[in-house]
Amino acid sequence: MLLQQLLNGLVVGGVYALFAVGFNLIFGIQRFLNLAHGAVFMTGAFVAYYTVEAGGPLILGFLAAIIISGLLSVLIEIVCFRRLRKSGDAEFGAILSSMGASLVIMTVWQWISKTQVVRFPFDTVPVVIFRFWGLRVSLLQVIMMVAAVVIVMIMAWFLYRTSFGRQVRAVTDNEKAATLVGVNPNRTYSLTYFISGALAGAAGVLVGLAFNNINYMMGEPYLLFGFAIIILGGLGSIPGALLASLIFGMGQTLAIAYLPSGLTTAFIFSAMFLILLVKPTGLMGREEAGILRGRR
Amino acid sequence: MLDIADLEVRYDGIVALRGVSLTVGAGEVVALIGPNGAGKSTLINTISGLVSAASGTIHVGGEDFTHLRPWTISAKGVLQVPEGRQVFSDMTVLENLQLGATALRGRPSDLDVKDVFELFPILQERSTQLAGSLSGGQQQMLAIGRALMGAPKLLLLDEPSLGLAPVVISQVFAALRTLKEKGMTILLIEQNATLALDLSNRAYILDQGRIVLSGNSADLAADEGVVAHYLGVDAEV
Ligand SMILES: Nc1ncnc2c1ncn2[C@@H]1O[C@H](COP(=O)(O)OP(=O)(O)O)[C@@H](O)[C@H]1O
Ligand SMILES: [Mg+2]
Repeated sequence: MLLQQLLNGLVVGGVYALFAVGFNLIFGIQRFLNLAHGAVFMTGAFVAYYTVEAGGPLILGFLAAIIISGLLSVLIEIVCFRRLRKSGDAEFGAILSSMGASLVIMTVWQWISKTQVVRFPFDTVPVVIFRFWGLRVSLLQVIMMVAAVVIVMIMAWFLYRTSFGRQVRAVTDNEKAATLVGVNPNRTYSLTYFISGALAGAAGVLVGLAFNNINYMMGEPYLLFGFAIIILGGLGSIPGALLASLIFGMGQTLAIAYLPSGLTTAFIFSAMFLILLVKPTGLMGREEAGILRGRR
Repeated sequence: MLDIADLEVRYDGIVALRGVSLTVGAGEVVALIGPNGAGKSTLINTISGLVSAASGTIHVGGEDFTHLRPWTISAKGVLQVPEGRQVFSDMTVLENLQLGATALRGRPSDLDVKDVFELFPILQERSTQLAGSLSGGQQQMLAIGRALMGAPKLLLLDEPSLGLAPVVISQVFAALRTLKEKGMTILLIEQNATLALDLSNRAYILDQGRIVLSGNSADLAADEGVVAHYLGVDAEV
């Protein structure tokens, strides 16, 4: 059932896109790898879980996850990155400080969840299966797909169709010039981190629902996948991250379906390695990483 | 319009400006000339708030600008065309111009994209191209157009002729002359003294962080001693 696997892979890829686009947005705008991005993702899953647990509807949990993850991401920028950025050469420092933030956030959730794996109540998303053309699609998969598409479209609309989005791209392109046309880069950065965190939080909820397994370490593998995806797509390129996410999701699903189980990860990373041999800057990357040229 | 008094600026230890005082009246074009490393860009960046003053004051239209943040200064209509153009290279020409209007923040403007296209017709032809694909001269025109979109009450230009071919320089300066005739207040930084003195009403000569000479541009241009000493291309290397 190749087609069925491809469809499943597309759904997974959509969720990866939510994670990776936000990860890459920050890299594109500041050249920082935010290693706390996985912890923000995990926070989203927990916030939705505890909202549902407290009797709230899933949609409320979803909204709460998006908002709290967004705000957490803004806080990470202010605490971990802002002062470093002012000091100039900070790429390495940013890796360390965001790793620290990640550990703090993970420890907090470990403490709140008492190191337990938690699961959404059984009927949080009713088990409904749609069948067409010989394919099976669950309601959950539909929700995942719709959420991923809608959220990515809102983000694209915001970045490419609003004047505020234009300002975000301007700061990404050339911070000094953006400042000179009257844009406050700090505000723009906060906004970008909010979007990035909100996307990660949404991905966390969807993954928590899909695998019904929420724990304080769930962000770690996604950080690795996210890293692979943005390198594959091209550092800093948003369309690249989207494309690479879908390829990665489908590749992973196919590998799981057709290869011996231990080989999945080896297969994916070998394939990625081959693609990068042919195109070292990633599928949609450019010579000098991403959309950051001109910043000095 | 612009009133700088006793300005001193340092970069970790290096003193870049030593007690600079300078004024630009409304509707005036003032040139600031000096060799490489004299502190010209430092002065303009301090006016724009990108670099902070160690001491001294900067007033614009009577208001104290000395400690304002750069985006606030731009929003108040003091707009810089930076050295090396600094266009948004991954964005289109039109988007660059639209971004220029960010500085308005509700201030009225009697100029829009059409007027910029009238001043620089080539930008209209290229309006959907990425700014990074333009030639140096076209990027300079775009950088000027972008600043104009923010309705400058004071326009700061940092070496607009830098790295451009002579024929392109004269196009850029023709546009600056048009702006001057329309009454725009301009502080023009140049290494090319002949061009700058030709366009401006008054000029200051900056050397090693100090104003060493100032006066009417015509007088300075006519003074052979000045020309030879500070402005001559071949003056003692
Ligand atoms: N960011 C900086 N950090 C340290 N020193 C600087 C910086 N910018 C300029 N300088 C120094 O300040 C002096 C004046 O530079 P600048 O204002 O760029 O001169 P100009 O524009 O006249 O060529 C030079 O000696 C230069 O090396
Ligand atoms: Mg300079």
